[in-house]
Amino acid sequence: MSAVTAEHEHDEHHDHGPEKGLLRWIITTNHKDIGTLYLLFALAMFFVGGAMALVIRAELFEPGMQFVSPQFFNSMTTMHALVMVFGAVMPAFVGFANWQIPLMIGAPDMALPRMNNMSFWMLVGGILLLASTLFMEGGAPASGWTLYPPLVLQTGAALPFAIFAVHMLGISSIMGAINIIATIFNMRAPKMTLMKMPLFVWTWLITAFLLIAIMPVFAGAVTMLLTDRFFDTSFFNAAGGGDPVLYQHIFWFFGHPEVYVMILPTFGVASTIIPVFARKPLFGYSSMVYATAAIAFLSFIVWAHHMFTVGMPIAGELYFMYATMLIAIPTGVKIFNWTATMWQGSMTFETPMLFSIAFVVLFTLGGFTGLMMALAPVDFQYHDTYFIVAHFHYTLVPASIFILMAGGYFWLPKWTGNMYDEKLAKFHFWLSAISVNILFFPQHFLGLAGMPRRIPDYAVQFADWNMVSSIGAFIFGFSQLLFLYIVIKTIKGGTGEKVSDEVWEDAHKHGLEWTLPSPVPYHTFATPPEKIPTEHF
Amino acid sequence: MMSTQGAYYIPHKATWPIAATIGLMTLLAGFANYLNGNAAGSTFMLIGLSIFIIMIGGWFTLQATESETGMYNKGVGISYRMAMMWFIFSEIMFFAVFFGTLWYTRNLSVDWLASVGDGPGRSSGMLWPSFESVWPTNGPGNVGGEYEPMGAFGLPLLNTLILLTSGVTCTWAHHGLIEKNRSQLIKGLAATVILGFIFVAFQAIEYQEAYHEMGLTLGSGIYGSTFFMLTGFHGFHVCVGAIILTVVLFRSSKGHFTPENHFAFEAAAWYWHFVDVVWLGLFIFVYMM
Repeated sequence: MSAVTAEHEHDEHHDHGPEKGLLRWIITTNHKDIGTLYLLFALAMFFVGGAMALVIRAELFEPGMQFVSPQFFNSMTTMHALVMVFGAVMPAFVGFANWQIPLMIGAPDMALPRMNNMSFWMLVGGILLLASTLFMEGGAPASGWTLYPPLVLQTGAALPFAIFAVHMLGISSIMGAINIIATIFNMRAPKMTLMKMPLFVWTWLITAFLLIAIMPVFAGAVTMLLTDRFFDTSFFNAAGGGDPVLYQHIFWFFGHPEVYVMILPTFGVASTIIPVFARKPLFGYSSMVYATAAIAFLSFIVWAHHMFTVGMPIAGELYFMYATMLIAIPTGVKIFNWTATMWQGSMTFETPMLFSIAFVVLFTLGGFTGLMMALAPVDFQYHDTYFIVAHFHYTLVPASIFILMAGGYFWLPKWTGNMYDEKLAKFHFWLSAISVNILFFPQHFLGLAGMPRRIPDYAVQFADWNMVSSIGAFIFGFSQLLFLYIVIKTIKGGTGEKVSDEVWEDAHKHGLEWTLPSPVPYHTFATPPEKIPTEHF
Repeated sequence: MMSTQGAYYIPHKATWPIAATIGLMTLLAGFANYLNGNAAGSTFMLIGLSIFIIMIGGWFTLQATESETGMYNKGVGISYRMAMMWFIFSEIMFFAVFFGTLWYTRNLSVDWLASVGDGPGRSSGMLWPSFESVWPTNGPGNVGGEYEPMGAFGLPLLNTLILLTSGVTCTWAHHGLIEKNRSQLIKGLAATVILGFIFVAFQAIEYQEAYHEMGLTLGSGIYGSTFFMLTGFHGFHVCVGAIILTVVLFRSSKGHFTPENHFAFEAAAWYWHFVDVVWLGLFIFVYMM
């Protein structure tokens, strides 16, 4: 007890900055430090997952077997997905949440700073366990990221490691989500009522709720895989009265909200960036909030549209078809609102805005293919083909990933006080925006023509578009090194031009974070701000 | 005692979280090795578990000390309460998976296996013509061999009464705390903890009977799987809840907690009631129906 008191009295005498050396990053409780850790980790994993994608595209460059064994190919599709979902996209948005939520609502830090630190390290632990499976006897899981039994039960030594990795990632996500909810409900500046919160905060509030609801479900599902394999249970074994299809139901009850965990914060960042560069308040703020909530609600009642071909009663097919198509309505509201925000705005096209506009256009495309696959009868044709691969990559790469880039360019000057190289950044944008379409658009054709996913070889009729797609993949992949270069350069001083407090013209009208000095001090809003920006409302 | 960040206490330099991560990772990696038949696995499990237990002890001591020295104001208390409520919600979702599994197999997939109705399984009668849709079942393969299903009106009924009573004694203890009646608080908590451990002991006896006399094991098809998974995870949660309550009892006897400041007690009580409600669900859906 005396040690605690002594340390505390020590604190009162001088406002301390960060700890010196590497230890700072291990024991930090500061939301900005932890946000940085999340973002850097996510960036590293983005390249790891990206390298795996390039292995896949290299193998598919030509028909026939080129570089890797079929088993390893399937390990790559599995690990690429798991690393990108749990190691890159989710942590990157948690990084944004850590940095931005306290700044946007006028809080001194996250509500539970110690738990915040633990969320991050549990994530690292989970990803380490997952990555260790690559070096095991029998190889990494090769069942696809959905880990369907009975196939996944044939995994070698890697299976329990992958399952425990999921448990650790779940613990990390749940703790992070609890922290975000407690922060948003409990730490807002007095005048920041719920309906005056920036939309990024709203989308994260709803996302956090999704995470708490679904991560335990995934944990339960993989626990049953573990006991089926090692403890003689029969959950997914028909001989014992179980049902492998049950796993699919449980997985997708988790899995569908899970994909919205990756897209809702995307919506939040887009809704933050577009008004700033359109120099207009966000159009339809409250409808944005309600649309987000509606999408989150619907995400819980549409899961079996991932399983139309598994053999469901016809009533199930119809119900899940119609429920899925409903999602187009709140999503359409959002697309409409972003467009209306830009309408007659005095727009400028800095890199964050370019990425955001590309997001609006290309996400709409990904959304439409989703609508196509919601139709149960036609989904029998598309199911497990490259069409679905094209669909979800359009909703994740030019959507989530593009918006993560946009958010990076948008906030990095605020965080570091340095401006990024606009010319290089625009070059990065155009390279990415063009190559991402070369990469994924042909996959629609391949899928409609019947090329199955998760197969290392294919019939010669698919050769041309696969080659195009692979070329796009390599251009896209290597263009991201440019992003890495720009980020490092910006952190190290950028263009040398010191940015103003609001960074972007009139940004202080849009959010509290732009009223702070640039770079943002280590501790902010020790006392809650009196005034909050009102332009939105 | 105010921190540099004003009224809301922001701790600095957290050392326990990284210990928690290392402990848990060692435990899980050890367990995975053990499952793969690697002899060193159990050693790593022990090391990991030890780190984890030391971490829990250290972190909770730190929190208790900070709380008793008045570093937490009302705002911090609200954050803790929200965190606990959402944590319990995540636990509810975890149990929902296994209740959902029970519902799905009992009402859908066993029927399909036996070709009842015109659902997706209408052709599986050709595979297992003699299989009938009944519950409990260990499936058309008679997985795990003959067994006797667990009845509701012996130990399980007694256990239901025990847990319900422990809920009452827990609330009685809370009243003692609020009315500054320390001995009522301690007596109530002690009774709750004792009832909790009696429950666990009875559960152990029930498992013993199931395994050795009734032939009912985790491997007894879908019935054995759902029965032991649901009651097992619940039993584990009772143990955790009883340990938390023991800590709260220990702290109460040291004079901790005031009518205004007793988050740890509330959290433990909420958790205990949650465990209680899950048991009611188990008693109805696993034992009675």
